[in-house]
Amino acid sequence: MLSIKNLHAAIEGSPILNGINLEIKAGEVHAIMGPNGSGKSTLASVLAGREEYEVTEGSVTFKNKNILELSPEDRAREGIFLAFQYPVEIPGVSSTNFLRTAVNQVREYRGQSPLDAVKFLSLMKEKMKLVEIDQKLLSRALNEGFSGGEKKKNEIFQMAMLEPTLSILDETDSGLDIDALKVVANGVNQLKTKDNATIVVTHYQRLLDYIVPDFVHVLYKGKIVKSGTKDLALELEAKGYDWIKDELSGATV
Amino acid sequence: MSKDNEILEELTSREYEHGWSVDYEADEAPIGLNENIIRWISSKKEEPQWLLDWRLKAFEQWRKMDEPTWANVHYPKIDLQSLRYYSAPKQKSKSKKISDIDPELLKIYERLGISLNEQKRLQGVAVDVVLDSVSVGTTFKDTLSKLGVIFCSFSEAVTEHPDLVKKYLGSVVPATDNYYAALNAAVFSDGSFCYIPKGVRCPMELSTYFRINAANTGQFERTLIVAEDQSYVSYLEGCTAPQRDENQLHAAVVEIYAAKNAEVKYSTVQNWYPGDKNGKGGIYNFVTKRGICAGDNSKISWTQVETGSAVTWKYPSCILKGDNSIGEFYSVAVTNNYQQADTGTKMIHIGKNTRSRIVSKGISAGKSQNSYRGQVQVMKRATNSRNFSQCDSLLMGDQCGAHTFPYIDIQNPTAKVEHEATTSKIGEDQIFYCNQRGISSEDAVALIVNGYAKEVLNQLPMEFAVEAQKLLALTLEGSVG
Amino acid sequence: MTVSTKKDHQLVELFLSTQANLDKSGLLIELKSAAKSSLDETGFPTLKEEEYKFTNINKRILDKIKKYASPNTVNNIGDVLEANQLFNSLEGYKLIRNNGVFEAELSSKSDGSFIVKPFSDLNSDEVKEIGSIETINKDPFTALNSYSFESGIRVEIPEGAILEQPILLVDVISADANGECVHPRAYFHAGKNSQATVIEITIFLDESPVFLNEVQEWNIESNAHIRHYKLQDGHKAELGVSNTSSNLARDATFTSVLLSLNGEMLRNNLSININDTNCTGNMYGIYMLNGKTHVDNHTNVDHKMPHSESNELYKGILTDQSRGVFNGKIFVRKDAQKTNAFQQNNNILLSEEAILNTKPQLEIWADDVKCSHGCTTGQLDEEALFYLRARGIGKESAKSLLLYAFAGEVLDKITHETFKKYCEEIVHERLGAIK
Repeated sequence: MLSIKNLHAAIEGSPILNGINLEIKAGEVHAIMGPNGSGKSTLASVLAGREEYEVTEGSVTFKNKNILELSPEDRAREGIFLAFQYPVEIPGVSSTNFLRTAVNQVREYRGQSPLDAVKFLSLMKEKMKLVEIDQKLLSRALNEGFSGGEKKKNEIFQMAMLEPTLSILDETDSGLDIDALKVVANGVNQLKTKDNATIVVTHYQRLLDYIVPDFVHVLYKGKIVKSGTKDLALELEAKGYDWIKDELSGATV
Repeated sequence: MSKDNEILEELTSREYEHGWSVDYEADEAPIGLNENIIRWISSKKEEPQWLLDWRLKAFEQWRKMDEPTWANVHYPKIDLQSLRYYSAPKQKSKSKKISDIDPELLKIYERLGISLNEQKRLQGVAVDVVLDSVSVGTTFKDTLSKLGVIFCSFSEAVTEHPDLVKKYLGSVVPATDNYYAALNAAVFSDGSFCYIPKGVRCPMELSTYFRINAANTGQFERTLIVAEDQSYVSYLEGCTAPQRDENQLHAAVVEIYAAKNAEVKYSTVQNWYPGDKNGKGGIYNFVTKRGICAGDNSKISWTQVETGSAVTWKYPSCILKGDNSIGEFYSVAVTNNYQQADTGTKMIHIGKNTRSRIVSKGISAGKSQNSYRGQVQVMKRATNSRNFSQCDSLLMGDQCGAHTFPYIDIQNPTAKVEHEATTSKIGEDQIFYCNQRGISSEDAVALIVNGYAKEVLNQLPMEFAVEAQKLLALTLEGSVG
Repeated sequence: MTVSTKKDHQLVELFLSTQANLDKSGLLIELKSAAKSSLDETGFPTLKEEEYKFTNINKRILDKIKKYASPNTVNNIGDVLEANQLFNSLEGYKLIRNNGVFEAELSSKSDGSFIVKPFSDLNSDEVKEIGSIETINKDPFTALNSYSFESGIRVEIPEGAILEQPILLVDVISADANGECVHPRAYFHAGKNSQATVIEITIFLDESPVFLNEVQEWNIESNAHIRHYKLQDGHKAELGVSNTSSNLARDATFTSVLLSLNGEMLRNNLSININDTNCTGNMYGIYMLNGKTHVDNHTNVDHKMPHSESNELYKGILTDQSRGVFNGKIFVRKDAQKTNAFQQNNNILLSEEAILNTKPQLEIWADDVKCSHGCTTGQLDEEALFYLRARGIGKESAKSLLLYAFAGEVLDKITHETFKKYCEEIVHERLGAIK
């Protein structure tokens, strides 16, 4: 589904990603971990097409299309969804109005007819249950005055509405208390099918107790330096990242 | 260059839509400002002596006044002697019937999308059109006169209804209220007059459309609205000007008088030429608008969408004199490129149980400066008065400025005054977030800006709201980046 | 500088002369001597100082307090606790302080998710922590506490610990012939991913004059979530100053709910330092004052890093000759872009003589932030009152119904059911007494 080959990216001339290789197949969950500044969020942003990052080398194909040539909105319409680390607030625009615009623009791109108000609302009602989101919240301005937990739940709710093929969760668990974490993880798990895939970027191993990954990758200095199963995450939790750093420097000396 | 910047370039370089001008034969006063010019204007308009005296008295006072400098706007000193104070298209007939208007002039308005032809015009809106210094025609006069509603040009009102004009002219904004109001009183050339008799609910929106066409000409119009007991009227004002390299002056006065239980709703969509993207040219818009809720339970509501003008200086205000009277001010002020706006309101609570509500939404883009200046004053006698003010600023880009200057003066301990202020910024983050959900950048800006201004736009009459929404998107689209 | 300085120092000397070297373990001797010099240098604030402009607690202490030492511990403290209704209705980890002295026997024992140590058992790293968050130069009363505390406690909530039960921090206070001043001190460390609620209450054995000067420090590690509830419901001769400071690491949350319902003069300083990204600092408070009670809440949130938020809501209901002071500072530093900071202070004045001073203060150096503040001061909504009465509700109950709704917004921030219910009841009761 997603194939990243030798991906290099820089911001304002300084390189952040230094040759990422990653293959993701339908039905898989990949977790990406790594110390602060290792490039985790950059990778998520580059895949979604954030303009500040310049891709200097390598390729990214998604469903056999070169997505690096696509605008952010076309990548979204192709089925890439980014759950933002810091969901953006948009004053005055209700979540409902925002989502309806998004859903219908995505449908238009896919050659589907727009959803009318009734169908849209019933779809919303159905998906709301998934993340236990309060309907009152959705009539308010997008993310405005939402608590941290509500913002993250709203991201997963949007994910449910847009039905992406590839979801990238960028530190969706950061800042959540245990109850909210369970709700978010449960939502993500329910949206999992054999046809879609998920990339989970996280700072805390704890999330992986709730969203169990098929693969864990450790990102360090813009490269995937170690890949493994869930056990790798546990090992990281126990030993910290210094262990990886030592191992790497040991290998090169 | 990022994509957002490209859109910014594309859209901000978009030309001002109404920037054309038309050549027509005009009746003009000589350039300059002195007592003789005032006499010239007054005699041109065949005014009675009392009005000339009123003008001359204002002029005398004005000469002793200084230009105000407290507003947060900067512009080179205006040479008032280099302006022309009267310019009127030569009309073959003196008739004010639409059917008698020079077809050439009608074409100007057709081009602006305003049809003066009553058959083509939306039912439910009566229009008075003011071109440069004079009113060129008023629609639906007959329909309105059956109800006793007077809606005509100011000059016509002076001739036809001198007692009413004499009674109310200057009663809300005295001739010597401030520098620009005094100047207006001295040289005003025309405007609209509107009188709603007791108990009448005006069945259609009344509207004045202002257009400056001639070069080097100041526009000084005066609007006077009188709503008698238990009456209601909704009044709209729109304006455009040609695109010229030099600045032009517009110093208008609007007075509203609301008697017992009367309600006046005054809406403005101001789209004077703002100057080009380098800040060259544009209208200096120095306007005094004030309403008095003279009677108990009366209500005056100002709604303004300000998108044009190089410099705006404007504070539509309410004097809440009658007990239980209500004043409202809803404003969206947008500045882009080098525009400067210093706008807001004054709510003066005099009567008991008076209420006021202020909702101000400033949007600044480009290198513009946008200031809210508002005063809430609760006088000693104004027991149980309430005010709620909300002043939001939205910044687009990092070279513009938003400023808030609230003044609160409470002299009665039972007053309840609330003030809320927010400042936020639309940036690439919001656009990218929308993009990531599949929404294009242009749609994203429209969505964001209209969402932000919704509370104010909702106050506008339907036909105007759609226009205003388009205007906002046009003024701002792509300013993000 | 002349007359007032003299007066400042009068109180400093009274304190310094009665309390010499109280740190029995000697571990914190450096802090104590630094605190002493700091006090010597600054003295106590007078009305001339901006920070204490409306609250002359210095003078009040001089007027009302006679013994500047601490009282002896209470003997029958077990019986006292047993007799306390609120204490008995709450379950959780108990931390009992007897006139400021930690009662290890009556307190809960450490376990895997809660570790408590008196200061005398601190290791050398832990010693350095004390006074590192609420530094002695922040407030003269912090310096006084640092110099004067007898035995503090350090509480650790280990990494990943999710405390199902709250921590109950209980002070039993009783002035005696020996002293009338108590200086409780605590340091809390919340490890990564931990979660806990602290409920702080004070039990007074009598209503004789007493000065309570508390300091509390919170070090909250990444993704930890702490809720702190404090009830101030003392008596009309209680003078109190509390200084609470917290440091937040990335993804951390600190929520404070403070209810001030009684006392003679109380001053509460609450600081939240947002030291990293994605933090949330919440500050909520109610002050419901009658008689001559004077309550001053100073809050301070310092946004140093981007993408964090703070929410503040303080509400006041003032009657009789009471006085409320609110001063909320929000700092948003240059690097703290994308900060959301909200502050609201609403007040209802029910009598002509009640006084309220409110001063919201925003200082913003970053340019891409969202900050708002609002404050209201007014009477009860007469129209709403009339509406209720027109529906047959008596004037008194209509009044308390409206006031209760006003206060409810803050009470709803308390998530511990039993404690919330207790607070609701006393607020109700107090509102019912308002004529």
